[in-house]
Amino acid sequence: MTVTDKEYETAFGQPLRRKEDAHLITGQTRWVDNLSAPGMLYAAYLRSPMAHAKIRVNTEAAKSYPGVVAVYSAEDFGAAQAVIPDAWTVHPDMKKPVMTPLATDEVRYAGEPIAVVVAETRYQATDALEAIEVDYDPLPAVIDLEAAIGDDSPLVHSSIGTNTCFYIESPGEAYAAAKAQAEADGGVVITRRFLQQRLLPTPMEPRAVLVVPTIDDLTVYASTQIPHVLRLLLAMLTGHPEHKLRVVAPDVGGGFGGKINCLAEEIIGVHLAKRLGRPVKWTETRSENFLQMHHGRAQIQDIELAATREGKLLGLKVDLIADLGAGLRLFTAGVPMFGAAMFNAIYKMDAYQFNCRTVFTTMTPTDAYRGAGRPEATFAIERMMDELAAELGMDPIEVRKKNWIEHHEFPYTTISGSIYDSGNYEAATERAVELFGYDELKAEQKARRERGDRMQLGIGVSTFTEACGLAPSRVMGQLGVGAGGWERAEIRVTLTGKIQVVSGSTPHGQGHWTAWSQLVSDKLGVPFEDVELLAGDTATGPQGMDTYGSRSLVVGGSAIVKACDKVIEKAKRIAAHTLEANPDDLEFAAGVFTVKGSPGPQMAFVEVAAAAQLAHNIPDGMEPSLNSAYTFDPINLSYPHGTHLCCVEIDTETGFTSIYRYACVDDVGTVVNPMIVEGQIHGGLVQGIAQALFEEAVYDEAGNLITGTLVDYLLPSAADVPSFLTDRTETPSTDNPIGAKGVGEAGCIASTPAVVNAIVDALRPYGVNDVRMPCTPERVWRAIQGGQSQSGSVAKGGAQ
Amino acid sequence: MIPAGFDYVRVNSAADAVAALQTSEDAKILGGGQSLIPILRLRLATPELIVDVSGVAEMNGIREDGDAIVIGAGTTHHDVTTSDLVRTHAPLLAQATATVADPQVRHRGTFGGAIAHADPAGDLPGVALVHNATMTIAGPAGTREVAAADFFLDYLTTTLAEDEVLVSIRLPKLGAGWGTHYEKFTRVAQSWSIVAVAAAVRRENGSIAEARVALTNMAPTHLRAAAVESALTGAAASAEAIKAASQAAAEGTSPTSDLNAQADYRAELARVLTGRAVAKAAGLS
Repeated sequence: MTVTDKEYETAFGQPLRRKEDAHLITGQTRWVDNLSAPGMLYAAYLRSPMAHAKIRVNTEAAKSYPGVVAVYSAEDFGAAQAVIPDAWTVHPDMKKPVMTPLATDEVRYAGEPIAVVVAETRYQATDALEAIEVDYDPLPAVIDLEAAIGDDSPLVHSSIGTNTCFYIESPGEAYAAAKAQAEADGGVVITRRFLQQRLLPTPMEPRAVLVVPTIDDLTVYASTQIPHVLRLLLAMLTGHPEHKLRVVAPDVGGGFGGKINCLAEEIIGVHLAKRLGRPVKWTETRSENFLQMHHGRAQIQDIELAATREGKLLGLKVDLIADLGAGLRLFTAGVPMFGAAMFNAIYKMDAYQFNCRTVFTTMTPTDAYRGAGRPEATFAIERMMDELAAELGMDPIEVRKKNWIEHHEFPYTTISGSIYDSGNYEAATERAVELFGYDELKAEQKARRERGDRMQLGIGVSTFTEACGLAPSRVMGQLGVGAGGWERAEIRVTLTGKIQVVSGSTPHGQGHWTAWSQLVSDKLGVPFEDVELLAGDTATGPQGMDTYGSRSLVVGGSAIVKACDKVIEKAKRIAAHTLEANPDDLEFAAGVFTVKGSPGPQMAFVEVAAAAQLAHNIPDGMEPSLNSAYTFDPINLSYPHGTHLCCVEIDTETGFTSIYRYACVDDVGTVVNPMIVEGQIHGGLVQGIAQALFEEAVYDEAGNLITGTLVDYLLPSAADVPSFLTDRTETPSTDNPIGAKGVGEAGCIASTPAVVNAIVDALRPYGVNDVRMPCTPERVWRAIQGGQSQSGSVAKGGAQ
Repeated sequence: MIPAGFDYVRVNSAADAVAALQTSEDAKILGGGQSLIPILRLRLATPELIVDVSGVAEMNGIREDGDAIVIGAGTTHHDVTTSDLVRTHAPLLAQATATVADPQVRHRGTFGGAIAHADPAGDLPGVALVHNATMTIAGPAGTREVAAADFFLDYLTTTLAEDEVLVSIRLPKLGAGWGTHYEKFTRVAQSWSIVAVAAAVRRENGSIAEARVALTNMAPTHLRAAAVESALTGAAASAEAIKAASQAAAEGTSPTSDLNAQADYRAELARVLTGRAVAKAAGLS
């Protein structure tokens, strides 16, 4: 996409340069680690080197180390230490074992905090960790998910008597009937086991917390996605009054879900600042980040699909085993359930059964990671659709066409009960096929197969949808989420007509400054440059539900639009008063109020702003100022979709797999800034491709994370991915005033199955029908050698 | 992580470096820091003294010396890859160095540092073996020279003593008739080699008169694929002959098994990559 400096008549829909980039690129950012306060101390945490053990802690010797101000373990805080919070009660009978910020008596994952040293410098704090004595009395690690379910398994939490957090089973009669029909009528029943490996969110900026106490007040600077939720949780957990607790998320360098939690370092940070009366800062190292920030995915998926001989879906059955890790964090238990409604995806079917068992293990807890439940579901169904096509000898796109919801059928209530707002799968797919050169690549694949080329091609399809715009409050309540889903925005108009947007949704890389400015610029007719954003500070924006689940534009952007409408409504009354006209006779366009049908008197928005602020001459009884606020709570989620096509090239002698061509057409509804949307798609694609090819958090049998550095946990760079072919269709959402659907997770959800489908397609002549993720060169090579498909157990250790 | 405390001295000559090393039982040399600093940060090493040689002029730069080029140990990878002398007389080194990690690392990391660190997955020791390089080493008794074949002893271990410093590496030029190629296999661009092969081939009248092949990450240290070299000597410069000779690539190796590759897969990679490296060096593909 070409960006020019052309002045746009309207900002909305234009690829305007991001306002936030200048300060990011020139290093004028305010990361938490850049901040300091007078008298600031530094904290360092001693973390368990073992997966599971009884512990006895002696901190005495560390207290006399140079520069050390205090050393604490769990027993120093007692019950006042509080617990790690969880906010999603998925099931009334679910087990909720207690985890404390600093481990009490027992550690349950490698990396769990045991003690904290506070010292005058970061070096002194780190040095003193070596003097803390911990007796570890080892307990068995629980690493294998299926073994953990067994009656004879060691327990992660002996207090709850089981490793199962909850088991949910949905009625199976309809699916059983669908399966029986398929079997009776000569149809097909296909079963597959897919393994969703553990992933590490790996934002570029690790977590960091600085807590500054002043008399009765506390200011918490945190690298977080959720300043408002964090304030509420810290107040509830520590007993510090909410109104005397300010949380600031300054510049935040990415999150991918990894920063939607409230963990030991935030809770203990508050305790330390209050006890010591001095500011205390802690910044996570990458090694700590890999152990302490929650992990993502980690599921075993047993999928069964029944279809007619002609490729019409009859039913789908899903049996999940989800690895929760050592305990519950805010949304841990909800992640597999958020995916539950997405396995049926864009397809019509008569029966759907979903069973889910969630299991505690002695590994880092899991929680929401870019997509959170939806990538797992999308992977499973899109892999199955390609398997169905292969089984029937049909084209995978044709199989999808036979089953997808057609554009005239929206709004559509799916078999799992979701109401899809809008969509046009036909249009996106047609454009993607054209962009990709589907027929040309099929022909090239055939030619290479026929001549026995060392470099073979495979083509994979993914026609995904997802649920975005995480809200509405009513639905979140029904799902057992301990939070609302609305979003808040305030529009402040200064005397000179400049606009401050106070947004409850908080940026950590998305482009809020730019997109919000575009929305406001068009609504109020003010220059793009005249809009500024106030976000990420509970002092300036006390109410908000923060940023996750592709909700910022859909929910927060809608609140801004609605607040602008209130500003305009009031401005119109002031303009009418000044122009001595009836408000109903006024028109507002391009920042100017005019009298309908009259070329004469008019009043610019900036003049109205001044009049409203001066209040020398406004209608009787009117409150001065144009400032307005709106809290938007949508009636439904939004459902973006798209068609992704991937062609891989495999070196059959080494198994090395590269992406030969990748084309995608995404429909994310109405687009405010196409450059930002394209950036989100590109980043998401790379992250989804990384799950397919590169990334895996691997534990050994003793419960050690053996991919604990970026040397072993492989992230792709620009050198490892192709130039993507992207395009869009635009089917507006019907459920919000912008028509936006959300784009933050789309690329990451759609791309993983497209890549794996392509790899399996390339290898079908060798008798292969699955390759475990990540599809490493060795796994691909072994599949070619053995012709066998690979299943196994998640996180069993080693790279088999 | 944060490194443990250490003393630090910055020296201006190789002799001063040697003198500084003699003052401590537990000293480490800091060049570009691309291997040492990660180890310090993770506290995998906690040396008492760091001797910084990055400012030693005699250890920096590339010069021609008769039938060889001499590269100061402190010369950065970036300077190696962009040197006309290297590109002309040791293109294999230029090619291999360009695959080291990423641009930031190549601007900091040094040729001598990579040689002295002797990581079996590193790209440059194999090139030194193929070039029959000579290491110039400064120590308490003055300067000594060691052939590359005698320099690399074991995993992360060379013939360098605790009080010695690598000053320069002398690479005999590969003249007319020689072709070279570095074939590297990684999962992502910036990662260490899973297996790599450095090859140099001299052709004469359609045959291979002489072949040198070194393997990366097929043993605790880099090694020459002697069986392949002897099978190639005098063989026809044909795809079939090269492929046949390359089947011996894993002989005498002892590859490890890790997350990226089990030993049997590494052995197969060695055979495949050797075939490709030699064929390209021989000008066949």
